[in-house]
Amino acid sequence: MSVDKNTVKRVAKLARLAFPEERLEAMAGELNRILAWVEQLNEVDTSAVEPMTSVVKMSLKMREDKVTDGGQPVAVTQNAPQGEDHFFAVPKVVE
Amino acid sequence: MTTAVITTRTDQGPLIDGATGKWEVIIGLEVHAQVLSKAKLFSGASAEFGAEPNAHVSFVDAAMPGMLPVINRYCVEQAVRTGLGLKAKINHSSIFDRKNYFYPDLPAGYQISQYKSPIVGEGEVIVDLPGGRAITVGIERLHLEQDAGKSLHDQHPELSYVDLNRAGVALMEIVSRPDLRSSEEAAAYLKKLRAIVRYLGTCDGNMEEGSMRADVNVSVRKPGAPLGTRCEIKNVNSMRFVAHAVDYEARRQIDVIEGGGKIAQETRLYDSKKGETRSMRSKEEAHDYRYFPDPDLLPLELDVDWIASIQKTLPELPDDKKARFMREYGLNAYDAGVLVAERESAAFFEEVAKGRDGKLAANWVVNELFGRLNKEGLSISESPVSATANGAIVSMIGDGTISGKIAKDVFEIAWTEGGDPKEIVEKRGLRQVTDTGTIEKAVDAVIAANPGKAEQAKAKPALVGWFVGQVMQATGGKANPQAVNEMLKAKLGIVG
Amino acid sequence: MSDLTGLTIVEARDGLRKKSFSARELADAHIKAIEKGRALNAFVTETPDLARKMALESDRRIASGEARPLEGLPLGIKDLFCTKGVLTTAGSHILDGFKPPYESTVTRNLWDAGAVMLGKLNMDEFAMGSSNETSYYGPVTNPWRRKGANTKLVPGGSSGGSAASVAARMVLGATGTDTGGSIRQPAAVTGIAGIKPTYGRCSRWGIVAFASSLDQAGPMARTVRDCAIMLKTMASHDPLDSTSVDMRVPDYELAMTGEVRGLRVGIPKEYRLDGMPGEIETLWQKGIAWLRDAGAEIVDVSLPHTKYALPAYYIVAPAEASSNLARYDGVRFGLRVPGKDITSMYENTRAAGFGREVQRRILIGTYVLSAGYYDAYYIKAQKLRSLIARDFDEAFEKVDVLLTPTAPGPAFGIGEKTDDPISMYLNDVFTVTVNLAGLPGLSVPAGLNDEGLPLGLQLIGKAFDEGTLFRVGEVIEKAAGPTSRPQAWWEV
Ligand SMILES: [Mg+2]
Ligand SMILES: [Zn+2]
Repeated sequence: MSVDKNTVKRVAKLARLAFPEERLEAMAGELNRILAWVEQLNEVDTSAVEPMTSVVKMSLKMREDKVTDGGQPVAVTQNAPQGEDHFFAVPKVVE
Repeated sequence: MTTAVITTRTDQGPLIDGATGKWEVIIGLEVHAQVLSKAKLFSGASAEFGAEPNAHVSFVDAAMPGMLPVINRYCVEQAVRTGLGLKAKINHSSIFDRKNYFYPDLPAGYQISQYKSPIVGEGEVIVDLPGGRAITVGIERLHLEQDAGKSLHDQHPELSYVDLNRAGVALMEIVSRPDLRSSEEAAAYLKKLRAIVRYLGTCDGNMEEGSMRADVNVSVRKPGAPLGTRCEIKNVNSMRFVAHAVDYEARRQIDVIEGGGKIAQETRLYDSKKGETRSMRSKEEAHDYRYFPDPDLLPLELDVDWIASIQKTLPELPDDKKARFMREYGLNAYDAGVLVAERESAAFFEEVAKGRDGKLAANWVVNELFGRLNKEGLSISESPVSATANGAIVSMIGDGTISGKIAKDVFEIAWTEGGDPKEIVEKRGLRQVTDTGTIEKAVDAVIAANPGKAEQAKAKPALVGWFVGQVMQATGGKANPQAVNEMLKAKLGIVG
Repeated sequence: MSDLTGLTIVEARDGLRKKSFSARELADAHIKAIEKGRALNAFVTETPDLARKMALESDRRIASGEARPLEGLPLGIKDLFCTKGVLTTAGSHILDGFKPPYESTVTRNLWDAGAVMLGKLNMDEFAMGSSNETSYYGPVTNPWRRKGANTKLVPGGSSGGSAASVAARMVLGATGTDTGGSIRQPAAVTGIAGIKPTYGRCSRWGIVAFASSLDQAGPMARTVRDCAIMLKTMASHDPLDSTSVDMRVPDYELAMTGEVRGLRVGIPKEYRLDGMPGEIETLWQKGIAWLRDAGAEIVDVSLPHTKYALPAYYIVAPAEASSNLARYDGVRFGLRVPGKDITSMYENTRAAGFGREVQRRILIGTYVLSAGYYDAYYIKAQKLRSLIARDFDEAFEKVDVLLTPTAPGPAFGIGEKTDDPISMYLNDVFTVTVNLAGLPGLSVPAGLNDEGLPLGLQLIGKAFDEGTLFRVGEVIEKAAGPTSRPQAWWEV
């Protein structure tokens, strides 16, 4: 599987990374080298192997249905680059 | 979520006329039902509606660096409970996945949802339709997922404001098979689903507050043809809107196809003000959600005994209740259906019917009480006339103490002034007169006053109705109409 | 009292208890060492005022007989741990100005036990790197230099600031995190000890996530025993982390009996790589000999899927990272670079905020999870992970512990390997298997090579058997001889 400039562009878009046109080619090369290297995994027949779902052998921890958090809009929003009245503010979103 | 594409429905639905012939509309619903929990699905922040901006937000909900999800056991329990209520398969092992996309109301850049292994698998819902028809709608799955936050676009000219109070609230996404064939069926299905979750107590079904909303998948086809390309209409928040959206969208699709166009699979928005659906530009771009198991969570393994213990606590659900009402009280399907639509009205009815004539009680509750409540826009729990009071009225009709007409008056008094119906009847002397002497006196008086009409009545027996009215008027409505009728017939010499 | 910074944690703990010096004096000595050592660029944020305040409280407690287990011990914190009210950067531009309104569980445990915070330590950006060269705050320099040379060497990574500050005696110990070797590999190349505990042993709550199924916090200190003492406090069951285990934390010091007679030590043959430097092979043989001489039984074992660990890791880790790093979007915290609309604001912010290596991994991770590739890459890698874990399970039926080199070579020069990502990734070839299987791994300082640079040996244990690692590690440490310290060439 080979990655070309357009693929890098598409993936960068999915990942929301602005990518200068002139760097696409180089990045495609880097990704191809890494992907070619990881593809050595195909040497191993894994048809009878289950993928790992968790490294720890334990059951999923659950919390009780109690309100133990919240009520701190200042702490929640104080690191925001932009906001008002405890809202986060972003450039206008058109639906 | 990806909608089921296999329909279990084999009969043909109602058809729509197009320029090129008849069309069938195929509908599937993805209903998001908010779990009725105190805290959110993966954090300890309150799930309550309507707080100050970002007040019901934990650092987990705001996806601050290093924050981790821990699941709310109660939400899991409610999902299982709902699954059992839908007679669905409960999956003993399920997985939480991340659905990755960027949106300002999605703080982590992913929604924790369930993709390949949902907590609940296939089930079904029986939907009653007018005319005594019923359809079975297949449930594809039910999974747990997080709600998103809210963006406000009208507060500032260049900015949208983001409030994360809803972010992370537990939702059950209930995905139907595309088994619905008309706007009416779609609305009826949603109504039934709402009744079920409300019976179960797992969701309050409050559509105005958004605790229940539907993504409506619509496609059209020529009868017998394979399924067409569907469009998903997002977040429709009332049954009426669901019906509107389906009708509008079906017509739009038919027009597009008949005009030589093709339907693009897309996400659309229902504009309730304009009554139309339109393409959602912001969600237009190609999606690739990159689902993968959330490594912050382990597989959710459910204990068989735990599931069994939840099963034991399930209430009697609408279908079973309806069957029992028909069986125990001798109700017809329509009345039984109306009574079980809400758990509260069913309970109210049973209190009214207790130790009384069930049919009479149903008649009274469905026609008199519900009619009045509807007129005033009140719910059953807001009824000014209690179940006991309604029961008393039904008893008095049943044993002939008052007539149906007087009963309405008594009800009216109880409604506006309050009070015990028995006392109202006694104090105001509304008791029905069954004493033949009194009735005879009134009958004789009316016949004597109208000799001409009495003569005519012999040839024209229908006139007896007019005489009954006169006698009732004369007795202030208290005479037993049955007795009056019989006596008049005898005295006027009408046979049969 | 002249060399308070040269003490081990054990020595400092004893000195404080005996009131040979005060916590305040101990803190001041370290604050001074940090000021003098700024050339190493080990710290992103120094917190001397906080350190003095905490030290005074420690002195008060010591005086009133209320000393806690780590009372008055000054430590450095990798800048991946969120510390309440103190800038936390993860070595990234994108967290500009971020002051968490919360404290990570691990650091909370440390402060609750009386430890003193000296500051936040430099690291590879989002822990993605093996040389500390990807930090937005610049590379960290290894206190060690080749004999007779002044080439600046890397301290390993990603916990490079932690390793350098411990080795340079600026802190008594430091926290690190290890996703593919980020504690053990820098520990090895700076001549200190460091352990990646079993996955689930330390809470991940409040630690900036890199790859959630692999990340684990652990201590870095100058001796194995110091690590044992720190881990005892760092580890806990945390109800806020679904992957933290509800299991008692043992007193690891009690396990350190100095006795390894009869212990079965596995030597996995697959760790003998083609082209491995002779000094690494020699070191490994020395380690084997030390343990054999101490009475352990040496057993050859096979971990057949070892060679697939690194490529599997470079699918799983970037995949998880691509999702974990989606939250850095300029909305709720950190950097924002404006754009014409919301999408371009995201794109500009993330392009400016993430460095090259982070962007590269986000792209790989996004690609391998994308439609059509998920099964071929991600599922395939998770299947290999199952096989790697199974290899270990089978090996641990025969042996109690495994002995391997920690890193494929000593510290290298800054800038030497930055051009080729794969050659950089190979630094983690011996450590990454352990993360994939969730097992504990300890790097023990095992002496210097011919050029005078430190090398480390790695012990791999069964899940939650850190005690055995500390016990065996201390035996190796003793056999390797007293740790020499680097010449303080950096002091101004
Ligand atoms: Mg949907
Ligand atoms: Zn959904």
